[in-house]
Amino acid sequence: MLRIEYADYEALRAHGEETYPNECCGVLLGKNIAGEGDSAAAINHVRQIVRAGNTRTDSAHNRYNIAPQELVKIQRQARGLGLDIVGFYHSHPDHPAQWSTTDFAEAHWLGCSYIITSIEQGKAATTNSFLLTGTGEDDKKFEDEPIQIDIPANLAAAEAHNQKGSA
Amino acid sequence: MKIHIPTPLRGYTSGLETVSIPGETVDSVFQQLTITYPELKPHLFTPEGKLRSFVNVYLNDDDIRYLEGKQETAVKDTDELTIIPSIAGGMNL
Repeated sequence: MLRIEYADYEALRAHGEETYPNECCGVLLGKNIAGEGDSAAAINHVRQIVRAGNTRTDSAHNRYNIAPQELVKIQRQARGLGLDIVGFYHSHPDHPAQWSTTDFAEAHWLGCSYIITSIEQGKAATTNSFLLTGTGEDDKKFEDEPIQIDIPANLAAAEAHNQKGSA
Repeated sequence: MKIHIPTPLRGYTSGLETVSIPGETVDSVFQQLTITYPELKPHLFTPEGKLRSFVNVYLNDDDIRYLEGKQETAVKDTDELTIIPSIAGGMNL
């Protein structure tokens, strides 16, 4: 399962709207909390998201790549915060929020979460997360992963109030 | 020298984020690393012994593929190696 704060969730969706019609990409920093027994029950708990540049300027509307040099810096940043890289996010402009054959072929971070947001006509639509499981390149696979969004109590209360008011 | 291990490979270094491995060159440090942690080897190298194409290795801030001496580059104890698999993708056309 992926666990993320509401503000971070909204921020990564907004990133996809900003870069539309190109793909956005970024890194999820947090902690992997092991589940009991079954590794599929582990939680990637996101504490911070980091925007990254897309180096695929030759084909940014349908490809993304994070420069390894930037990743090294982000990993260093994570280490300084006592966090780990637990996943990545990118957008699919005017395309479903499902992983593609390219996404799968280029996915190498086993145990990490890959978030994909579909951006329809410039607006963030569906956001899905996929956990890369397996022991190596030969048996890796993407599994659908539930997303738990943590909403601060005051925001949830305000939302409930608004709904009551509009009812 | 210190070697920083990315999240997916820490299962092969007893969960360690950073390991200390002695050596005179990048190559000798890597050899020692895969002797100390043999399960790492197939994840870093092809059966022919070449660094896998999606595995990037940085000596401090430099990609070792672009260093003049490549894997034979001499290293100091205070240098740091970072192993970082690539991140890329994109939608189907």
